Amino acid sequence: MNETVKSEWPLWEVFVRNKSGLDHKHCGSLHAADPKMAIQLARDVYTRRQEGTSIWVVRSDQIVASDPGEKAMYFDPMEDKVYRHPTFYELPKSLDHM
Amino acid sequence: MQASIKVSRDPAVQYLLRLGDSCLIHAQRLAEWCGHAPVLEEDIALSNMALDLVGQARAVLTRAGELEGAGHDEDQLAFLRDERDYLNLTLVELPRGDFAVTVLRNFAMATLLKLLWQRLQQSTDAELAAIAGKAVKEARYHQQHAGDWLLRLGDGTEESAKRASAALELLWPYVAEMFESDAVDEHAANAGLGPRWADLRDEWMAEVMPVLNEAKLKAPAERAFRSTGKQGRHSEHMGYILAEMQHLQRAFPGGVW
Repeated sequence: MNETVKSEWPLWEVFVRNKSGLDHKHCGSLHAADPKMAIQLARDVYTRRQEGTSIWVVRSDQIVASDPGEKAMYFDPMEDKVYRHPTFYELPKSLDHM
Repeated sequence: MQASIKVSRDPAVQYLLRLGDSCLIHAQRLAEWCGHAPVLEEDIALSNMALDLVGQARAVLTRAGELEGAGHDEDQLAFLRDERDYLNLTLVELPRGDFAVTVLRNFAMATLLKLLWQRLQQSTDAELAAIAGKAVKEARYHQQHAGDWLLRLGDGTEESAKRASAALELLWPYVAEMFESDAVDEHAANAGLGPRWADLRDEWMAEVMPVLNEAKLKAPAERAFRSTGKQGRHSEHMGYILAEMQHLQRAFPGGVW
């Protein structure tokens, strides 16, 4: 690792839960030296307009991602399997708002 | 050219101006980092804190104007006074310096303001108590943010430790002014408006000293020097910051967005 890379702060992914939401949603990333700083800066960068009530941060290099090169193999086979959507059922009236 | 306004010497008004002006000038210095902070994220953080302080200054100056009863609003008080009528601590008007100076000053001020707002929540002035209730949350965050940075700088690299230590040498002599008491404080304490700032000294020390120790920084010895910004007698830096802040209102009287 060269000097430039070493002096860079690690990248963190930021997830914010808004007032009405149940789940934390990914909203961006930022650089920070440690977890505490990452939370504080996430607060300053991503919740300035009352967006949040809770923040998660995770080091970007800790996220394992699917390989974009394998997109076709992974996801295309699902294209012609419409029967996996529950659109063929008649819902009872009492469940109308599901 | 808009002429200056004269402000009442009423002690309650003076007490509020010390608080409001310290927030205002501190905000102006913090805002000087906008677009210049070491990293983008901290740039936003510093501007956020400056805006919190501007909001506090607006509320307090508005209340000062109401208590004064001469029809001065927040803008007139912020932009149309002469230098001698600004009653902020000298500490906040000193040039922004490097990042270590900013961090240390912000930590010192946030600690003071947090303690002040805590007490002011019990003010006999309901308006001021309400302002304090909102502001104390902001000050708590400023103190934590600046305190964490002070640890990183003081106990960081050789360079950051050197700069943090130089900042402490530079700013520490101006801390004493925070806790000087006079007739204005006495009046506020007796009227239940707010605490004597001197009464916050022990708590301030109890919160600041452990952080300095943990950051491996040593506070310089007590000196006889006392700055006098709260009395309206400022350093040579005050005129320049006021010129920058007041230029627009003086050139275009009553100008609004």
